[in-house]
Amino acid sequence: MRVLVRILLAVALPIVLFVAWWLGTANSDNFYVPPLSEILSTFPEVWTWDRLRTDVLPSLIRLAVGYTVAVLAGIALGVLVGSYRRVRAVLEPVLEFFRAIPPPVLVPVIMLFAGIGDTMKVVVIAAGCVWPILLNTVEGVRAVDSVLADTCKSYGITGASRVGHLVLRSASPQIAAGMRQALSIGIILMVISEMFAASNGLGFTIVQFQRSFAIPDMWSGILLLGLLGLALSILFRLVESWALAWYHGQRRAQRGPS
Amino acid sequence: MIRGVKGTPTPPPARLLAWRTRQASSRARKAALGLSGLAGLLLLVEVLPYSGLVSADFLPPTHRIAVALVGELATGAFWSALWDTLVAWAIGLAIAVVAGIVVGIVIGAVPVLRALTASTIEFLRPIPSVALIPLAVLLYGTEIRSTLMLVVYASFWQVLIQVLYGVQDVDPIADETARSYGLGTLARVRCVMWPTALPYVMTGVRLAAAVALVLAITAQLVIGAPGLGSRIAVAQTSNAVPNMYALIAVTGLLGVLINLGARGVERLLLSWHQSVRGEVLV
Repeated sequence: MRVLVRILLAVALPIVLFVAWWLGTANSDNFYVPPLSEILSTFPEVWTWDRLRTDVLPSLIRLAVGYTVAVLAGIALGVLVGSYRRVRAVLEPVLEFFRAIPPPVLVPVIMLFAGIGDTMKVVVIAAGCVWPILLNTVEGVRAVDSVLADTCKSYGITGASRVGHLVLRSASPQIAAGMRQALSIGIILMVISEMFAASNGLGFTIVQFQRSFAIPDMWSGILLLGLLGLALSILFRLVESWALAWYHGQRRAQRGPS
Repeated sequence: MIRGVKGTPTPPPARLLAWRTRQASSRARKAALGLSGLAGLLLLVEVLPYSGLVSADFLPPTHRIAVALVGELATGAFWSALWDTLVAWAIGLAIAVVAGIVVGIVIGAVPVLRALTASTIEFLRPIPSVALIPLAVLLYGTEIRSTLMLVVYASFWQVLIQVLYGVQDVDPIADETARSYGLGTLARVRCVMWPTALPYVMTGVRLAAAVALVLAITAQLVIGAPGLGSRIAVAQTSNAVPNMYALIAVTGLLGVLINLGARGVERLLLSWHQSVRGEVLV
């Protein structure tokens, strides 16, 4: 019974909003706001398997490559910078400055170096995503529990196994927070870089629809982009709760039984 | 200020004094190291083009960027672009903060509403704000309203989520106590819920301030609404590379200033809170 109530509560508002959108636009003659029924019937026509393969897949691959590069580089540099107090003091203002630059303005700069091909988009995504990961790793590495660090030292755990077992492990909740921020930046940059200059991709296609005034098609693209953002954030949360299960368990144990 | 019985200032204990001096000197050393890092960056950008690793057409040396920056500062168009960006940032942030706080407190105060809206919020939040760019262009063209639409959408969620966390954090005993003293809903919101949520609200405002700047400049860059972003786009298309770097440096400085300002406001408003007050020195 209680499960039923919870499910009902979870789906009630989405259903109300959906019905409101449906009825509110049913007889809409506003050119820019087509009826929802029209958008939904356009959706399968526009986003066929062919379209998904030629436009959505390249976007996702660019995002995956750029994001992976950013994660690896951010964690590696972050461990390096975080482990040495002097290096951190020297680099901190510079890193804060680079983080404060709005990532999309990197697009024109990187276009100078890398042209307008796939390399440009991957580099843009990587260059934008790296800062939150890097700075969070630095913070996490700095906050390593000193008792644990001393224990490692007295047991003679040094070098790679110290980084693997102590540093990365205790910094991982912070790193995950940085990676979550970076993922939403990555999606933004994926779309922006394709809006600037591209011959395929999700952002390119949506802008194409907008320029040719194919309004229902454009709305279906916005819906797809929203679903994509949702799917990626759910995926991230699943991976995070699996990888950090020990941390969440520890937190729950510290808070005590509730 | 510590004062003695007769109103004369007592000298702080020697230990405290030594601790303060040490703190001050370590802070000065840290600032010097940070400045040397910044100087190193400027030097690196100056030297790299001459070394032949990168072409000076793509990365002009520091002094040419500096000259371009001074040139920009002398034009009225730069200042009006900066003004446009700041206005869009401030209005968008203000709308998002007020809406986020009001909606967050209303949802947080009524348990049924929280259960009803949770799934919808989780669904709407990850929708990337840039998905709205084509819609904003169609609806408002290059007006400031298209920038505002993106700024408000992106920063609203930052505030709302933090307010919801904060409202959840209310101590049930404090709330029950207020209830048994006969405080009404409004009084409980003001005296129990608001002080508990304020640290979270300030975190949300700080995050939202940074996101709002990013979205304001992005919208101007992509849509062409007047502001620093569209000035960067113009510099890019007219191949004025040093100016482009100068403008990007200005956006970075703006971001740093906004972060520092938000932290300052946070410290001011939360001076009573444990996280800012810090541990009492014994």
